[in-house]
Amino acid sequence: MAELNMTLSVLTKLDALAGGLFLLTAFGLVAMRQVLASLNLFVLQSILLAASAFILGHQHDSIHLYAVAGITLAIKAVLIPWLLRRTISQEIYARREISQVLNIPTSLLLSVALMILAYFIASPLLSLGHEPFIKVNLPIGLAGLLLGAYMVMVRREAVPQVIGILAMENGAFFAGVAIAPDLPLIAELAAAFDVLIIALVMGLLTRRIHERVGTTAVGRMTSLKEE
Amino acid sequence: MELIYLLITPALAAGLCLIPAGKKWAPAVTILGTLATLILSWGAALRTARGEEVVALANWISCDSFGALMALLVAFVGFTAAIFSWGYMERIVAPNNPGKIRRYYARYNLFLLSMLAVPIFSQVALVWIAVELTTLLSVFLVSFENTPEALEAAWKYVVLTCMGAAFALLGVLMLYWGMSVSGPAPFTWAGLTGASTRVPPALLQAAFLLILIGFGTKAGLVPLHTWLPDAHSQAPSPVCALLSGVETTTILYAILRLLPILKAAPAIHAEKWFLTFGLLSVGAAAFLLIQVKDYKRLFAFSTVEHMGIILVAAGLGGSAAHYGATLQMVSHALSKSFCFFAAGSTLLAVRSRDISAVRGLIRTSPVAAVALLLGGLAIAGAPPFAVFLSEISILKAGLASGQYLTTGLLAVFIVIAFCGILFPINRMVFGNPGEPSRNRVLGATSVITLVLAAIPILLFGLYIPEPLHELLRLAAVSLGR
Repeated sequence: MAELNMTLSVLTKLDALAGGLFLLTAFGLVAMRQVLASLNLFVLQSILLAASAFILGHQHDSIHLYAVAGITLAIKAVLIPWLLRRTISQEIYARREISQVLNIPTSLLLSVALMILAYFIASPLLSLGHEPFIKVNLPIGLAGLLLGAYMVMVRREAVPQVIGILAMENGAFFAGVAIAPDLPLIAELAAAFDVLIIALVMGLLTRRIHERVGTTAVGRMTSLKEE
Repeated sequence: MELIYLLITPALAAGLCLIPAGKKWAPAVTILGTLATLILSWGAALRTARGEEVVALANWISCDSFGALMALLVAFVGFTAAIFSWGYMERIVAPNNPGKIRRYYARYNLFLLSMLAVPIFSQVALVWIAVELTTLLSVFLVSFENTPEALEAAWKYVVLTCMGAAFALLGVLMLYWGMSVSGPAPFTWAGLTGASTRVPPALLQAAFLLILIGFGTKAGLVPLHTWLPDAHSQAPSPVCALLSGVETTTILYAILRLLPILKAAPAIHAEKWFLTFGLLSVGAAAFLLIQVKDYKRLFAFSTVEHMGIILVAAGLGGSAAHYGATLQMVSHALSKSFCFFAAGSTLLAVRSRDISAVRGLIRTSPVAAVALLLGGLAIAGAPPFAVFLSEISILKAGLASGQYLTTGLLAVFIVIAFCGILFPINRMVFGNPGEPSRNRVLGATSVITLVLAAIPILLFGLYIPEPLHELLRLAAVSLGR
């Protein structure tokens, strides 16, 4: 029994470590100016998501979550970055986004506020589960979701917006591996496939905008509105 | 089994469309495929109208009366829009480009597949995936004309709706959590409704709000509607008919499915949320309608208004209001798709989307003019069209349940929107043409589509056939639990 508690607490600590790093990457995504660096941070974030799924899989002794970890690694850490770099010309990745809607110190302050909001929203739900993992994963996942949404809104370049959306999905899944560990594998597979299609569709659309309009600063496209 | 065929048919048609076999192959395959889905969903709807549940794969693929109603609507609009596409795509979008036309029809069928999947799937996680696919499979239909405006609209569409989908995903996962806390039950709409009393209310509330925000973005609820007028006006007209007529309605279906689940926790005040978002959408859309300069945008804003009306009807509560909500879903889907066929015909005749560029259409292109006038009257809610009947039944139900303020506001907004839609259309149809424009004769497929799509909106305004009435009643019952 003591041994079990011991492993449990080690696992909890490992999961908390993964969670903390996950949150850090979410902040990094908001602060990062360089397009390529955002993509790399997204890969790191996905690896952390897979790590959390792996730790939880070990805890629940579920092949299911191991599979989720594997799928996440294969699709989000390998396939999606490859796809995005394939479809969009290299020159865009070298760009630095100088003008965002808000400057970076303000963005980081707002991000902290969002993170506190996430804890605030999640706190009434934390007493429902007895597992320590939910207490780590749910608020951090929610914070990842909100920070991703924030990133999409303040960025003007197309690729960081795509990465923001993928980071939002990462946040939702980070909470998901803890709160819904036994979601049917078919749904999990379909969702992963779905994320892949998001990256593909948005990548192709970015390429088309680049070819047709000559810019990927989608935040500056404002011809459609009421006068 | 018919539900499986219903999913296979459009997938098969999408594959067949890509075969380069002459100019008429892809449209013909699509029309035949959509006709088959229409017949299949008709059969499923008739069975559910008798109170049966059509099951293909228990707890995964099955539909009750409400689901079958949605599938029938999607299939009908899919069929009429497929006929309309035949003439429209060749004339306006891609003349002399058979490859592009083939790609259009392949995507069209895939989009239809994703929309049919939303009501047919009963497993909630799969419903989320189907909703997300409706976005992803229609993005390149929105951007199909490849103009900078269309690309901008497609980008806004995919970014905002995918953001919404991520929120909804967390909501769905929370629902699953609630299910696993409450004990073993299938993760379907019916299973959730059954287990809802055992799910902690705090969890239901968080899941509900996340899904309302997430799917609400896709259904075009104010203030999350900003992408909708762009996407619904820049896409080719038959695609607009699908987007505005049935896509929004199917997503709203997924939101309304939460209503019986939330009955278990009255502290959440789900009805209040529906009323607030609904009235906000109707009101904002009614005022935004007035300043629109593009007639396709006009109809797009009217979609936001109608989504609001349906949500208000669901929020009013009671079986009469719920019946009004389901009837409004039907009448909106049929009338709005007709409106976009009329707008497409006008575009074919005039080649301009500006309201100010179209004057005295009745002289230059009488068929398009009559269609536009009928569409405007039908969607604004003039008698004797279907929308009039459904709006009256909603207002009546609101008054009967004593919610005077809500009903009064709804009535005022509907009247403002009525004027906002009909004034510009009146000028377009009867106004004084400055210079005589060239006469363009509408193709046969456009006229056939207009006639086909006009039949139900006229018929349902006067008389609702018994099986449909039964289907609507059962769907309303499933909303109220």
